[in-house]
Amino acid sequence: MSTPSQTVGPYLSIGLPWEDGPYAVRPDTPGAVKIRGTVYDGAGDPVPDALVETWQADPDGRFDHPDDPRGAVAAPDGFRGFGRCPTDAQGRWEVLTLLPGAIPGQAPHIDVSVLGRGLLHRVVTRIYFPEHAEAHAGDPVLALVPEDRRATLIAQRVDDGYVFDVRLQGEGETVFFDV
Amino acid sequence: MVAPTTPRPGLVVPQYRRDPDGTHPPLDFADYGSTALRHPKQRPILLPHMLTEVTAPVLGEGRLGEHDNDLTVQHAGEPQGQRIIVHGRLLDGDGRPVPHSLVEIWQANAAGRYKHVNDRWPAPVDPNFDGVGRTMTDADGRYEFTTVKPGAYPWRNHDNAWRPAHIHFSLFGTAFTQRLVTQMYFPDDPLFGQDPIFNSVPDPAARRRMVSRYDHDRTVEQWALAYEFDIVLRGREATPFEDEDEDDDA
Repeated sequence: MSTPSQTVGPYLSIGLPWEDGPYAVRPDTPGAVKIRGTVYDGAGDPVPDALVETWQADPDGRFDHPDDPRGAVAAPDGFRGFGRCPTDAQGRWEVLTLLPGAIPGQAPHIDVSVLGRGLLHRVVTRIYFPEHAEAHAGDPVLALVPEDRRATLIAQRVDDGYVFDVRLQGEGETVFFDV
Repeated sequence: MVAPTTPRPGLVVPQYRRDPDGTHPPLDFADYGSTALRHPKQRPILLPHMLTEVTAPVLGEGRLGEHDNDLTVQHAGEPQGQRIIVHGRLLDGDGRPVPHSLVEIWQANAAGRYKHVNDRWPAPVDPNFDGVGRTMTDADGRYEFTTVKPGAYPWRNHDNAWRPAHIHFSLFGTAFTQRLVTQMYFPDDPLFGQDPIFNSVPDPAARRRMVSRYDHDRTVEQWALAYEFDIVLRGREATPFEDEDEDDDA
């Protein structure tokens, strides 16, 4: 019987952030891109006490994990695949990473957890990338999402990387998944 | 759900059981005021467990500092308060230990105050206590921390609101599906009755799984009281799932 979830509360920033948390890949790695965004609440205000975590495949679409049935592969040098960033006073977070490769049958994506005060358990969403419109048409997870809400899952390309905002509630509410 | 197409041999991935209703709190819980503007209004979409969901980061010893599992020796002096040992096992839903897995904790000091700039209630800060710990489970899924018993503290959720003493726990397990952040409570706390966070868990039996057990066997004579707290992450379905090839337009 599982242990229940509880909120991280208002003081998560003493316990959960890591100095290297926002670096899913070492900063000097060629091809590293920044994904950043803002977490908003139902009043449209930024959420300054949330934590965003990202988990993804490597650029070849592989995982350094025994449950990848294709066999675990060592992650590229300096690549952790996992990013963790608390939001700042303006609700902003950012993670530096390598873009994930496609996984057989799925478009490239990043799984995201958002934790925070007022969230009794995490909420889960996915980041997709605007370059892969064709792959999105065949993606089995996007297929479960009503068409008029899919855009909330697609990051926006900007000069220094991508922007992915999270709207917890209300207009433009991000699509969340029951994992 | 996923349209049936030709199964792709080799992409068989474990499936994680959904917890019974009542195990976890709802996101919309009026008694806890901060949920009002932060709970999604749309129903979440059921996410099939595919490769990204059944894997997780391997976070090793490199994350740990020398004294990360003993919160009483991180400064020149000892923190004030009742010294305690908190130990237990990290298990999956089938009772199997989760070995070599990162466990992170954070907590208030013995007076009930967090070392956080926004915690300003008039209880003393303890210069010898940060309230942050990390460790890895061993080969049998066991973990152990030495710390001080956190105090209760007031908050502004409702009239004369006090949080029962608790330690925050963060766990990864071996799959994205298993990620869990919870709170460990202490036995027989008189503050449970008025605490909306504890009571946000609908099933009373599930609530009790967040309460540690006083462990006299592990209590160290002339040194520290012990509390045992086992943490259970989601288990796997008996039958794995054959991932399906949706790539038919390639």
